Amino acid sequence: MTAISLDGVTLSIGGRRILSDVTLAIEDGEFIGMLGPNGAGKTTLMRALLGLVPVSAGSIQVLGAPVHRGNQAIGYMPQVSSPISGFRLSGRNFVVSATNGQRWGLPWPGKADYRDADRALELVGATELARRPLAETSGGERQRLLLAQALLGQPRLLLLDEPLISLDPNRQHAVIDLARRVQKELGIAVLFSAHELNPLLGTLDRVLYLGNGHAALGSVDEVITGPVLSRLYGSAIEVVRLNGRIFVMSDQYEVERGDHRHDDAHGHARDHGHGHHHA
Amino acid sequence: MMTPTGTRVITGTATIMLSYDFVINALAAGGIVAVVAGIVGFFLVMRGQTFAGHALSHVGFAGATGAVLLGVSPFWGLVALTLAAGLAMGFLGDRVSGRDVAIGMVLSLSLGLGLLFLHFYTSFATRATSLLFGNVFSVDRTTVHTLAMLGMACLLALALMARPLLFATLQPDLAEARGVSIRLVSVLFMAIVAIAVAEAAQIVGVLLVFTLMVGPAAAAQRLSTRLGRGLLLTVIIGLAETWLGISLAYHTDWPSSFWIAALSGAVYFASLAQAKIRG
Repeated sequence: MTAISLDGVTLSIGGRRILSDVTLAIEDGEFIGMLGPNGAGKTTLMRALLGLVPVSAGSIQVLGAPVHRGNQAIGYMPQVSSPISGFRLSGRNFVVSATNGQRWGLPWPGKADYRDADRALELVGATELARRPLAETSGGERQRLLLAQALLGQPRLLLLDEPLISLDPNRQHAVIDLARRVQKELGIAVLFSAHELNPLLGTLDRVLYLGNGHAALGSVDEVITGPVLSRLYGSAIEVVRLNGRIFVMSDQYEVERGDHRHDDAHGHARDHGHGHHHA
Repeated sequence: MMTPTGTRVITGTATIMLSYDFVINALAAGGIVAVVAGIVGFFLVMRGQTFAGHALSHVGFAGATGAVLLGVSPFWGLVALTLAAGLAMGFLGDRVSGRDVAIGMVLSLSLGLGLLFLHFYTSFATRATSLLFGNVFSVDRTTVHTLAMLGMACLLALALMARPLLFATLQPDLAEARGVSIRLVSVLFMAIVAIAVAEAAQIVGVLLVFTLMVGPAAAAQRLSTRLGRGLLLTVIIGLAETWLGISLAYHTDWPSSFWIAALSGAVYFASLAQAKIRG
């Protein structure tokens, strides 16, 4: 089955065109690394897949069905928002709050809800750390809890929005390995957005690069080339390969590095829909 | 050291104290409000909107004094204006409720207006004092009934929405993707907060609503990482502080709001110290 299929899709936010006339298909069971400069539309595309951003033109199908809000087949891990670090609630309470959290009523999860949460926590190896209050967990531990939350209710597609942000290289690799292992175990499709390509190089099946309203989907060798990226950045891009690592350069300035630093400066991820977000 | 005679003296004064109607009314009103304000405050603390709650009570002050000027009951003036302001804050959402400066300006403007209304009415200093600092011993039977009805409505509404409220508080992006209307949840919750604030102001006055709405909940969240246990602790702490505060006020003839504020502060700081020692 096709996990995600875009047919002539145009997405706009506040009159600004983010993607125009994009057609692509991502197959079930694929691990896709999604890259691109700030504002290229990474978060916007995820939100469109969740039915939170209307499609201006074209159509999107997710797992064979048209996009709709509240699609239980999609697991979504948003960027870590700052309030999480302040909660005194335990990680397990935090994770379980998302099981049927959209239903009206008292906030007491049932036995089945706890079973599902415990299964997801075990899958990401977070059973122990979920006993601690959220405020006392590290960035990497929080990512594992968020991943567990995204895995509630047996999703067929995982959308992971910048899970590597503000993690050191060791923790980045731990998160990537974990996402890959879970994806293999469950046999589901993963769309993993990131600022840097190199940490994902050994893991991803194909890369989806967004920029300038366009999208390029293919193997690393097909997409990470001077001509393709020059079109996506709208400026001359040179791709330098060194010891198995790839550097995307524009005028001797490394593109991805600059993006990353820019993003760290404002850690709050709640500012969706204003073009100024982490795309 | 407690001698048998000493025990008899204390039970004796307690019996005398409980033989007065005004004491019974004070304990009943205080108990109702401690439960309602505590539970609503628990979610307020978790959402990081305590300052918004504090400001609502000041808007209520303008409502109460304005109502006196118009010849309406100050209680309903207070309820009406806090409710209106709460709904407005909910509609404006993050744009206002997280902005300390905007909230602070509304707060001082309301207090200024309240002062002006008082000035036009008479030079009734006692009325101002009881609005600002509360006067629990002046609560009559009718007010107790009103507080009970409003309180029940408040808790019932909260029970109906607690699950999506918790979800939207902990994980707004994911909650939105699962179909929770963040705006609706926020508006309904601020309406509930407004009623709870109006109730708390009857006991400890508009300036000290923090003592009932925030103190017990913040202490409970330090002491427990579980949702249910935290809520139960909030209620126990709130009731103990209120009833003990009223008893101390009866015996010492110092203001009850002072005692409740002192106990609320003492318990909160003790909970911080306890968490430090344990952690």
